[in-house]
Amino acid sequence: MTMIFGIPIQALLGQLLVGLINGSFYAMLSLGLAVIFGLLRIINFAHGALYMLGAFIGYLLLVHLGIGYWPALVLVPLAVGLFGMAIERMALSRLYRLDPLYGLLFTFGLALVIEGVFRYYYGVSGNPYAVPTLLAGGTNLGFMFLPNYRGWVVAASLIVCIGTWLLIEKTRLGSYLRAATENPELVQAFGVNVPLLLTLTYGLGAALAGLAGILAAPVYQVSPLMGSDLIIVVFAVVVVGGMGSILGAIVTGYLLGLAEGLTKVFYPEASNLVVFVIMAIVLLLRPAGLFGRDA
Amino acid sequence: MSQATLHAERAAASLRLERALVVLGIVALIAAPFVIYPIFVMKMLCFALFACAFNLLLGYTGLLSFGHAAFFGGAAYFCAYAVKAWGWPPEAGILLGTAGAAGMGLVMGFLAIRRQGIYFSMITLALAQMFYFFCVQAPFTEGEDGIQGVPRGHLFGVVDLNVTMNMYFFVLAVFLIGVLAVWRIVNSPFGMILRSIRENENRAISLGYSVGRYKLAAFVMSAALAGFAGATKAIVFQFATLTDVTWQMSGEVILMTLLGGIGTMAGPAVGAGLVVGLENTLATSGFPVTIATGLIFMVCVLVFRRGIVGEIYARWLGRVDAGSDKP
Repeated sequence: MTMIFGIPIQALLGQLLVGLINGSFYAMLSLGLAVIFGLLRIINFAHGALYMLGAFIGYLLLVHLGIGYWPALVLVPLAVGLFGMAIERMALSRLYRLDPLYGLLFTFGLALVIEGVFRYYYGVSGNPYAVPTLLAGGTNLGFMFLPNYRGWVVAASLIVCIGTWLLIEKTRLGSYLRAATENPELVQAFGVNVPLLLTLTYGLGAALAGLAGILAAPVYQVSPLMGSDLIIVVFAVVVVGGMGSILGAIVTGYLLGLAEGLTKVFYPEASNLVVFVIMAIVLLLRPAGLFGRDA
Repeated sequence: MSQATLHAERAAASLRLERALVVLGIVALIAAPFVIYPIFVMKMLCFALFACAFNLLLGYTGLLSFGHAAFFGGAAYFCAYAVKAWGWPPEAGILLGTAGAAGMGLVMGFLAIRRQGIYFSMITLALAQMFYFFCVQAPFTEGEDGIQGVPRGHLFGVVDLNVTMNMYFFVLAVFLIGVLAVWRIVNSPFGMILRSIRENENRAISLGYSVGRYKLAAFVMSAALAGFAGATKAIVFQFATLTDVTWQMSGEVILMTLLGGIGTMAGPAVGAGLVVGLENTLATSGFPVTIATGLIFMVCVLVFRRGIVGEIYARWLGRVDAGSDKP
């Protein structure tokens, strides 16, 4: 058996794959946070709750209506996105003129409510969500065994991340969005409906979280707590990457996922801590974050 | 009427109100254990001090820490371990907890003040979560069980804390000392500099203050006082568990401060009393606490940002303003 640093290569690759999967979710969620923060200047604490909501809607669609994974892949982001837009219209839009801390506190409260509701009705135990038949089983790559669904998650998250990046950097809508980030008054003066743009942006961020949730449903158990555990790690990812750039958020997400996977091989006790340790080191060496623009 | 006299009158009015509240509060707290279940009042007092310590940072320095549970719960662990495993007297255990929280505050604060605003909040949250994972794995915290059966012991070797009333008046003393410390810090020249940082950080820098050091000092003081409250709570309840280091606990202390009134002396204590009382009521009703706290959060942020005490102050001072318009 091939060994690297005294570790069987299969174990190493297996943990790297787990790290890559986790990294895919970190990337999708920190991407959504960065998109929302860029325009709304709000840190969306409810992002983890929206991710959980996505997974749960997928699960409920399957259990109660018999709607399977593939339609859910479209319906869930739509539902979570609409929910996010309603929240933005009714509440967040009243907070833009205030200290950004209030946005954080409001979305924190929102996260508690969403999580509380699902905990009340479904308890804290996880509910399994079966892998869709098309992606069941696995492929032998010669050097390791790759479960098909996990390969799909990595591919899908890459598509989503690159797609969002293209949407923001290369389309007309994206150029409005970037312009409104720089100077909302001026963009409004040119006749662009900035309040609508803000609503759509929050909806897009929420939809990304929902999509991540339904993608995660077959990998992790669908549980009311799945979001809050994740969101704090994603915050650390965002601090490391800096929210100045969309691409930075994506790359940092994957890198930290891989770092976590590697730590699980060499020093399993620290695998929960490694992202935070990296954050502390980055803060010491490069306080603005790896891709941050301002100090 | 000149702006200066109006200002002086406002300050005098708010001082009068504050004094009346303090006297009323102390009388009520001395009478409380004879009317209400003393353990419950002690819990309120510990959380009230915790919230006041937190407010030192949020209300007077403008820094929103999302990781204060690490100091509160961390100090509880240090104190409980020293008292149970090493047989330290309670006062020494509480001092150790406080010192430990201050040390943690120094490390966390040093890292967190390198970024501002919303990043500061995220960093404190992440570092506190790191401490939580450490507590889950470290052997001395006894994992999910927590450190249980901590002996209350004898205060200074004389006062038996197993007697409920002795314990109560010790906790009351801790609370008053802690709040007095916050009051003293806030109303010192140092506190004025903290407020100037809150109002306009760049101007404070241009006036020549090394803002970073002041922020760090405020962070350490706030952490130490939060630890003081947490360590005392460990002695009262005779245990230290993971609950006190979770991010939910960090959120709870923010809620107490927000509900009572950010940047007021009495607000956080009032908020703490209400939140602890509400949780006690809900615990028996079956309605989930998280939904209630989440809803209060949302309502406070949307329509009630001054908090209860802040709202009372605003009304009272508004009356002074209205009255002073007449010659």
